[in-house]
Amino acid sequence: MTATRRPVPRFGHGSRVPGWDDAVDLTKAPATVPDPATTPVPPGLRETIEAAMAKYPDRRSAAIPALHAAQTVYGWCSPQAIDEVASVMQLTPAYLTAVATFYDMFSTVPKPRNDVYVCTNISCSLLGADEFFEAMLAAAEGDPDVNVRSFECLGACDIAPMASVNGEYVGPLELDDAERIVSDLRAGRAVLEHKQLRYRRCVDPEVAAEETDFGPPDRETTEMTDTAGLGPEGDTEDRPGPTAAIEMTDEQLAAHPEPEAHTDEDTHPAGEGADEARDGGPGEAEDGE
Amino acid sequence: MKILFDRIDEPGLNTLPVYERRGGYQSLRKALLEMTPEEVLSNLMDSGIRGRGGAGFQMGRKISFLPHGDMDKYLVCNADESEPGTFKDRELIQKSPHMLIEGIIIASYAGEISRAFIYIRGEYDRQADILEAAIAEAAAAGYLGERILGSDHSLSLVLHRGAGAYICGEETGLLDSLEGKRGNPRLKPPFPAIEGLYHGPTLINNVETLSTVPHIIRMGGKKYAELGVETSTGTKLVSVSGDVQRPGNYEIELGTPSREIIYGLAGGPQEGREVKFWFPGGSSSPVLTKDDLDLPYDFDTMAKAGTMLGSGAIIVVDDSHTVLEVALKVAKFYAHESCGKCVPCREGTNWTVKMLERIQSGEATPMDLDIMASVCEQIIGNCLCVLGDAMAMPIGSMVAKFRSELEDEIEAARERAEGADLDDVVPIGVADEHAGPFPVH
Repeated sequence: MTATRRPVPRFGHGSRVPGWDDAVDLTKAPATVPDPATTPVPPGLRETIEAAMAKYPDRRSAAIPALHAAQTVYGWCSPQAIDEVASVMQLTPAYLTAVATFYDMFSTVPKPRNDVYVCTNISCSLLGADEFFEAMLAAAEGDPDVNVRSFECLGACDIAPMASVNGEYVGPLELDDAERIVSDLRAGRAVLEHKQLRYRRCVDPEVAAEETDFGPPDRETTEMTDTAGLGPEGDTEDRPGPTAAIEMTDEQLAAHPEPEAHTDEDTHPAGEGADEARDGGPGEAEDGE
Repeated sequence: MKILFDRIDEPGLNTLPVYERRGGYQSLRKALLEMTPEEVLSNLMDSGIRGRGGAGFQMGRKISFLPHGDMDKYLVCNADESEPGTFKDRELIQKSPHMLIEGIIIASYAGEISRAFIYIRGEYDRQADILEAAIAEAAAAGYLGERILGSDHSLSLVLHRGAGAYICGEETGLLDSLEGKRGNPRLKPPFPAIEGLYHGPTLINNVETLSTVPHIIRMGGKKYAELGVETSTGTKLVSVSGDVQRPGNYEIELGTPSREIIYGLAGGPQEGREVKFWFPGGSSSPVLTKDDLDLPYDFDTMAKAGTMLGSGAIIVVDDSHTVLEVALKVAKFYAHESCGKCVPCREGTNWTVKMLERIQSGEATPMDLDIMASVCEQIIGNCLCVLGDAMAMPIGSMVAKFRSELEDEIEAARERAEGADLDDVVPIGVADEHAGPFPVH
């Protein structure tokens, strides 16, 4: 939530500038459910959303899976992405925007493709996560493809301080690892392979002792046994779920151009140009056609 | 005694052939083919197992609250493990997903439920992939679907990924999120057992609780109850983290002395450091000090000590850290995660953060500690869910137990601030990023 929230404009002495909380243009009718006939949706995306809707007694339950899918296609929950999901699910864009802004993993402003979530909660920060976060920000500075943000507890305090790089948990991290993460991402390699959580074994001493029942562990393979049962390379293409890429043909790509580069809307006064019933900001309205 | 973690690192345990070779799904056969739902339920009752997610409510009783008869009932497995310090469910799902699936099927049989969902947090992307593959394997082998193993029981199981919100671990917030809404908690009662998902009766249990179910059926409820202590039966996974030498998940029998967990298993703080205080059940639990290390680790002893066992996440803080820095982390976390529905929580968490920041910047007086304690008091019990309480309780306990240290901190920060140039002092409540480029009227 924090990442997508624009700062409230304030005077130098601290009070908020009047009009910061003005509603969007009240004379304008709120956006209704987009007409499927006039809202083209990439077939891959449509099928993913329809398959998700079929899994639940109430199609609305598919809102989060559908937004995951749309974010995978467009890189962020752009007004266009939300309109397309709304058209397939037959919901209003306002409803979906409300959902998208609630959850930390959805972004309603453009963001770089690679997500690096650095956990800065208690256990990690006791062991130096705040310093690592600074180092990570410095390492990724100026890289348009790396989105570094601090995150609340990611559920891997055993490898603290840790980070989630495109969903892959790595830790315990040292300050030098920040550069490694960025260079691994740029090279398209598996990130910090020796520090990936999937190779970590259970620390409970008795579990380790009982394991000898299965024959002497082979030093070569034991160290890197993949308890996750997945290949060591980042084989995201073949996997189901939000990391799976949705393939588009060239014509589809031409019909759905990548959203334009993010203009810095933070400096615009709030309220101006805010479109329809969404709580998206001024910059998004221009991308939404 | 290892039950859940028995040979957990065996390669391939996440696949069906290895799990079956080790006796997997035998408990399911036993339950479905040899027992009635009532018998399964009475075994769960006898086992005395209490929920492993945080509240510690008896699982058998929860199932018994479900109404009987022909209606749509749901089972929801809460895998939105987001309590800071907790990472036990992650290890279970990653390494032995079929154990969870088997537990879900048996529990649904006991509650006569035919639709089940697993709500997993969106950050557990790899774990969700593993679980999804395991569900597909189980369905292909006939453990899910219509008339499982030729019995009258049918079950569909859907994995649902969240998208990053702590509040979705709260059971009613989770239900709203699963229905495709913002994850706002609901008013209780009605409790989910009466009116939950899609307004139907819903059984909600944690991953660890459900993963234990096959073992209870295998051992028999009474035999399982012999483990642990009288009111806290069985084994529990504890996630030990923070300032310890060997952080990780350990399976212990409930009632094990806390010192044995923190020092014996996890190795205690680094050489030359000692335990200053520790959270016994995630960051929501009131803290205990080094004087409490000899308390047995079980539900009732922790409750008597004024705290809670919670999710079984022990966070150890050693004497190299100040109480203030930990309190600020805790308060900021809850302020960020508050959904904003109830005023005491939304405002209370934010003002607590501001008061702690005042201490840091040297603008606080000891009276602020009293105000902070009163804010905490006014949050507790006044909201729809316990997120606000979850901040108020640990902060309140830190203020109570480390008051003199915080007072010293206030004094020291004031002296630092007095030495500083006043022009550098930012007014209260105005963080740098908010000071806009706008002129003063």
